[in-house]
Amino acid sequence: MSHIQRFPSAAKAASTNPLKMSQPLGAALAYLGVDRCLPLFHGSQGCTAFGLVLLVRHFREAIPLQTTAMDQVSTILGGYENLEQAIRTIVERNKPAMIGVATTGVTETKGEDMGGQYTLFRQRNPDMADTALVFANTPDFAGGFEDGFAAAVTAIVERLVEPSPVRIPTQVNVLAGSHLSPGDVEELRDIIEGFGLSPIILPDLSLSMSGRQPTDFTATSLGGVTVEQIRAMGASAATIVVGEHMRVAGNALELKTDVPSHFFSRLTGLEATDKLVRLLMELSGKPAPVRLRRQREALVDAMLDGHFFYSRKRIAVALEPDLLYAVTGFLADMGAEVVAAVSPTQSPVLERLKAATIMVGDHSDVETLARDADLIVSNSHGRQGAARIGVPLHRMGLPMFDRLGAGLRVQVGYRGTRELLCDIGNLFLAREMDHEHGHEADESHGCGGGSCGCNAV
Amino acid sequence: MLQDKIQDVFNEPGCATNQAKSAKEKKKGCTKSLKPGAAAGGCAYDGAMIVLQPIADAAHLVHGPIACLGNSWDNRGSQSSGPQLYRTGFTTDLSELDVIGGGEKKLYRAIKEIVQQYDPPAVFVYQTCVPAMTGDDISAVCKFATQKLGKPVIPVEAPGFVGSKNLGNKLAGEALLEHVIGTVEPEYTTPTDVCIIGEYNLAGELWLVKPLLDEIGIRLLSCISGDGRYNEVAQAHRARVTMMVCSQALVNVGRKMQERYGIPYFEGSFYGVSDMSDTLRTMARMLVERGADKGLIDRAEGVIAREESRVWRRLEPYKPRFEGKRVLLFTGGVKSWSMVSALEGAGLTILGTSTKKSTKEDKERIKKMKGEEFHQWDDLKPRDIYKMLADNQADIMMSGGRSQFISLKAKVPWLDINQERHHAYAGYDGIVNLCEEIDKTLSNPIWGQVRQPAPWESGPSSTLMAAE
Repeated sequence: MSHIQRFPSAAKAASTNPLKMSQPLGAALAYLGVDRCLPLFHGSQGCTAFGLVLLVRHFREAIPLQTTAMDQVSTILGGYENLEQAIRTIVERNKPAMIGVATTGVTETKGEDMGGQYTLFRQRNPDMADTALVFANTPDFAGGFEDGFAAAVTAIVERLVEPSPVRIPTQVNVLAGSHLSPGDVEELRDIIEGFGLSPIILPDLSLSMSGRQPTDFTATSLGGVTVEQIRAMGASAATIVVGEHMRVAGNALELKTDVPSHFFSRLTGLEATDKLVRLLMELSGKPAPVRLRRQREALVDAMLDGHFFYSRKRIAVALEPDLLYAVTGFLADMGAEVVAAVSPTQSPVLERLKAATIMVGDHSDVETLARDADLIVSNSHGRQGAARIGVPLHRMGLPMFDRLGAGLRVQVGYRGTRELLCDIGNLFLAREMDHEHGHEADESHGCGGGSCGCNAV
Repeated sequence: MLQDKIQDVFNEPGCATNQAKSAKEKKKGCTKSLKPGAAAGGCAYDGAMIVLQPIADAAHLVHGPIACLGNSWDNRGSQSSGPQLYRTGFTTDLSELDVIGGGEKKLYRAIKEIVQQYDPPAVFVYQTCVPAMTGDDISAVCKFATQKLGKPVIPVEAPGFVGSKNLGNKLAGEALLEHVIGTVEPEYTTPTDVCIIGEYNLAGELWLVKPLLDEIGIRLLSCISGDGRYNEVAQAHRARVTMMVCSQALVNVGRKMQERYGIPYFEGSFYGVSDMSDTLRTMARMLVERGADKGLIDRAEGVIAREESRVWRRLEPYKPRFEGKRVLLFTGGVKSWSMVSALEGAGLTILGTSTKKSTKEDKERIKKMKGEEFHQWDDLKPRDIYKMLADNQADIMMSGGRSQFISLKAKVPWLDINQERHHAYAGYDGIVNLCEEIDKTLSNPIWGQVRQPAPWESGPSSTLMAAE
């Protein structure tokens, strides 16, 4: 993986209150957007347990996730046997449509040859040919959450998608990056379907991680894009690629199927959504539906009403690279000043950020950089630092364990942008209104418990 | 080396289960071998963190790639009445270059940064799988750092792949025995000093117990490690009596403290009315046996009598509300077991429990207590639980967070009784809290609503009736 190194990482040896999450976790989330899939970590069982707890806390859903349970001995002697046994056990017990394997630090340090192990497994287990198998290399010690998500999607494309002799003019592919919540994916589907197009979304978290009510207990993902749909992506008229980290997967898909790709680095914001709508009009040959037009008007109206509260506000943002790009872009669109943009990992998208300080760092860096900011936008782990420096925190990204409905927030399209605009705008508004009641910022006052960032209780 | 330590921990004379084993079985240890593709649960490093992280004023530094800390920090409910440094996540966040070139220097720099910036009384350094594979000698780095920086820097050698959470608990205990306990002398001692091992102050539970100890006149010298302070843990060797709360996990610490310092220990529990009373009684008796004032026993009995009558009185209103309500207890721990009699006292019916983590003796004890009809499930699969709940065989499930969705998706009330819980259930007040929580969820009006069929599921007749 070649990363640009233009932006300095913090020079610290001790990462303090990490913003970064590991690659396998991102891969697991991508796999969870495939119907009847069971993600499998090739590593020690703790790797799986931590990832599982984090996803459970965020989505408030049962998370199917298994482990090859490597111990000291198998780590040294090689993990193929554990891998084979794990896959066989899973197929026998849970009959998934797909098993998505992600390596971890343990197996990558040993240097397991995953390509070779795939071939060997297929040779030795012809009875399991019906189960789709996807292997992704996701070492814990390189890259981060977004990279792992991208690696898994790329691996799925490379393993499963097939070129097609026919074209279905109304079928479009969507490669949905990890910065899109299940709610975002749902919104995107709505928008695309509004033009009479049928999208195949990879991965489709809106069908699996959106609060399903199963009629029976399942140990695999419940809903998502099906393996058959993935195989049929080669017949689509176009691919919409959302997020810079989906670019490699988009290129792989185009190379394999000749379906032309259209890249969108973000879908949050008026102009960003306009760009998508223009493409959909072109692809479908249809005008934009009335509902979407009304949503655009409502967003324009919200921008007019809301810009007062955004102008020159100083905001620090710490999120995964593509979400960081979307949010800082949106804030700049609204006239706010991004004083600091902190990313957990290097990414080409950092080149295009607009912010006073851009760095690869952790929550303790945010704490330092956001001292005189009006707002911090970050995941729930930002809460300790935000409380210490008395700056309000707007939660976005993952994990978001101290808010309900984390997975269903919408921040793409006209409607999603308007929701985000109002959510953040209301924090500023509340602060101004509270202080109009004649309280001093350093006094204990009735702003309703720190909504303005003061220390009131 | 680490292997010797693990063998030593497995060969635990203080553990009844281990005593009953043959020499060969002993060597294999108490870790059940994990089945790839069908395993669940944390690793040894996870277990070590559970034991040590509640030491609130210390810094906890994880030497490993980001997965070990980045995916897991700030996710436990252990509370502190003072310092908050334990909630800060420190990791060396090893990169590819550290894997290739070794991470020892980076580890030392990280320790130095933490000491300079936060000045904690001690730094705990946790080993993980990757640096254990590449051969980073964290013990040597910690020794060097201790000398150089003049602060205790404690290596915790429990990389994830050596075994389960339970083994990690014990290895953390070994780290305390080797590097911490006995290194600090208390300013003064009293004949009623006690040390509590294996209590983590989840949801502030210790604070429901400590006032009672204070009232009786027992001084909590050291708690390992809930609401803990490094220096208090380090002076645990001056306790007169040790109590072990979660005996399975840290039995090695209690036994070795007895061997080294002659401190007798007992196993007790803060969960459930009778267990709580037994604990206070035993603690007072053992302190008196070791020379404390005899009045202690009377004071303890006084507190017990008052609290017991108070708690039964407070549980009385729940009785009619709980009548006929059936509880499915799905947890391995023995500690939930001590809640059973209290819950039954409040009028609930306990259907059965899983006994996956219980020992043979536990199972016998349960059988004796509850009779043959009582269900003990050894390996209950999630699908079976779902079916039981969906078939209306229980009114509420009590379990850990991991299995909550089995219950909630079956639209059956669920209560968290494991380490992520937000309510304190220890002591006399705790059992009332527990009943209050059960009552709150059982009587919530959503259950009737969420079980209603959707408009497109109900027949046309009911639609017509509704329209009338």
